[in-house]
Amino acid sequence: MSNSTQVAARPSASSGAVRSRPRVESVARPADAQGQDQELILSARGLTKSYRKGNVELPVLRGVDLDVHPSAVTSIIGQSGSGKSTLLHLLGTLDAPDEGEIYFEQNRIDDLPNRSQDILRNRYFGMVFQFYHLLPELSMLENVLSPVMISHGVWGYWRRRKGFVERARHLLNLVGLSHRERHKPRELSGGELQRTAIARALISRPQILLADEPTGNLDRQTGLEVLEILRTLNEQENLTIVMVTHDQSIAREADRMVQLVEGRMEDI
Amino acid sequence: MYKLLLCWRYLRTRYIALASIVSVTLGVATMIVVNSVMAGFSYEMHQRLHGILSDIVLEAISMDGVNNPQELEAEIHRIVGPDLAGLTHVVHVPAMLNFQVRGEWITRQVNLIGIDAQTYASVSDYGRYLLHPRNQEQLSFRLPDGGFKTHDVQSGAKVRERSQLSNAGWPYRRFRVQTQRERERFMQHFQDESTDADNPGLPVPQEPIAQDPFGIGPGSSPPSDPYAVAGGEEAENVFDPLQEQHTGLILGIALGSVRHKTEKGNVEDFFLCLPGDDVQVTFPSAGTPPRAVTDSFTIVDFYESKMSEYDSSFAFVPIEKLQALRGMIDPLTGQAAVTSIQLKLIEGADLNAVRDKLRARFPPQQYPYRIQTWRDMQGPLLAAVQMETTILNILLFLIIAVAGFGILATFFMIVVEKTRDIGILKSLGAPSVGVMSIFLSYGLSLGVVGSGVGLVLGLLFVVKINEIAGALEYFTGREVFDPTVYYFQQIPTIIQPLTISWIVAGAVFIAVMASVLPALRAARLHPVEALRYE
Repeated sequence: MSNSTQVAARPSASSGAVRSRPRVESVARPADAQGQDQELILSARGLTKSYRKGNVELPVLRGVDLDVHPSAVTSIIGQSGSGKSTLLHLLGTLDAPDEGEIYFEQNRIDDLPNRSQDILRNRYFGMVFQFYHLLPELSMLENVLSPVMISHGVWGYWRRRKGFVERARHLLNLVGLSHRERHKPRELSGGELQRTAIARALISRPQILLADEPTGNLDRQTGLEVLEILRTLNEQENLTIVMVTHDQSIAREADRMVQLVEGRMEDI
Repeated sequence: MYKLLLCWRYLRTRYIALASIVSVTLGVATMIVVNSVMAGFSYEMHQRLHGILSDIVLEAISMDGVNNPQELEAEIHRIVGPDLAGLTHVVHVPAMLNFQVRGEWITRQVNLIGIDAQTYASVSDYGRYLLHPRNQEQLSFRLPDGGFKTHDVQSGAKVRERSQLSNAGWPYRRFRVQTQRERERFMQHFQDESTDADNPGLPVPQEPIAQDPFGIGPGSSPPSDPYAVAGGEEAENVFDPLQEQHTGLILGIALGSVRHKTEKGNVEDFFLCLPGDDVQVTFPSAGTPPRAVTDSFTIVDFYESKMSEYDSSFAFVPIEKLQALRGMIDPLTGQAAVTSIQLKLIEGADLNAVRDKLRARFPPQQYPYRIQTWRDMQGPLLAAVQMETTILNILLFLIIAVAGFGILATFFMIVVEKTRDIGILKSLGAPSVGVMSIFLSYGLSLGVVGSGVGLVLGLLFVVKINEIAGALEYFTGREVFDPTVYYFQQIPTIIQPLTISWIVAGAVFIAVMASVLPALRAARLHPVEALRYE
């Protein structure tokens, strides 16, 4: 925990200026200029998604446009059931939109073959979930290493194992959990689990971190610690972060804030 | 890498899955035991059958036999050529054997086989199954002067020494004849005295005069023994059983002995007759209609093949004697008929090919011969053993297949339990194939573990099968393996690596196949739905 405190304490002074003027803007407008598009790391155009329950179709997203700028923290807020998580799943290629397009570095990714989307999730996107989603059979260190285990075969992993383990330990140290690397998820608290999930999301050096209510299951103090870690990563490693939350006070800490209301982006 | 790691962790933490492979383990172990025992029995049976029977038998359908065996043999030599390793001719005929035990006549139905002492051992392992070492080297129909093996080498230590055989041969014959004569002399003398004293009706002593080491008891000679009067004027012309023997006869051991278990559980053979005893054999003569021919023979040895069918029906005599008694010798040409010609082929020769060549030369439409290999002759028996093995294998494999359904059900449970983990893996970029291979590897691991344990258990069981049978007998009080029935003192087993490999591979295959459906289900799970699964 001492490491965690250090990590959390470090960025607070420097990031104060950034956080004092969050860029809140309505993004419910398409990027019509090509030059502007080229600056975006991730963008969505006209996304619609609905779920079917029996004969009833429940529209969740009704034409969402979103622009994510590199090295920025973008927060998506909205009430429960507004489609925030669905939007994040679509951006992370975990699900496919009914209509619309998603671009990552100007390349369309929503219509890629499954295998390419798997690679994209594994190497370019880091994902953090509200309920941590760590594998219970693996230790903290193994959980952090799991993305590189997935991307490398047995031989490839063992050949570069030393480097991977070193990085995993560095990340665990970064989130203040170096003393917990041999523990199993059931032996850790919620905050520790979420910090481990963040370390796991960073092991492959992703270009963008998609966080689905990362503090939603934590108490306020622990949530703030997690947010400090994310902010530090953003500032020190220029990590692009897209964060879904229903807590406006957390969302305001972001560089940009967008709001989803009944499946549509709205200005705040 | 993650597949192996997760597979290993599931294997270590999901004990319910390990429980589901217990049936695979038991199935594999049972199949190994059954196959090893059946292979052991089959091998012993093949060895004995092949040892007893020659490779190919040309048999005359008529009991009168083949009249021109020399010409036939020359033709066989020409057809078979260098593949021929040995050849002999025999006469076999159904017969009745009579001998006395403690004054009572015992009658047995036998297959009387006239064999050529010089050549018969060259077509089979005949000599190996005789008790006297001299006969094992070179067959002879002369009664040996003792020296019979008293230990049943083929059965092992649990069979008691056959003490009755220790003086069998001439010592036993002389003792028996002398005892018999003394008894008759005594009775004659006693009767004479009784007659002189006009005092008939005194009881006849029932005890033998000398101590009877052979267990033959009183009245072991026919009452009408023509040789009882010794030392008479015609002694020079009459047969003296003290000095002479009848034509030698080698008797199947089960015809002349009874095998039973002692109170202590040891197996013991009690001999009803011994080498040195005389027997009477009645058989049909050649020609039509056949008439009964009876002649006396002297038992010179026992034949013990451990095949109860043979040991309880075969009696061997010299072929010349049998041919003469049956009237199979042509008085004009002096040529003797035989009922079958037996061939031994060189190692590696194709029996069926040689049989087919002989059949082509002697077609059944023209020649009244039956030409068969030893396998053809024992076809039903060997096929029955084979069929039994096959059916047992099918039944036992079904046990493993049932175990496969157990694995399938358990795997479905595990996939449901691991739904969220599958979602996590997919969210981290694990491909569907990767997720599928986790569960396939898991199934493979379970199959390998289950089969491996089954393999070890099965092999241990096979190696220690006789000890286990003994322990079972001790605890249950019921006999598991009765050596008096099987003529094997121990359960024969042969471990066949190829068969075991197939069993293990089959079990692993079933375990993998049982995990395919759950693995497919896991691979098809939608990541978002899996992540939301509670």
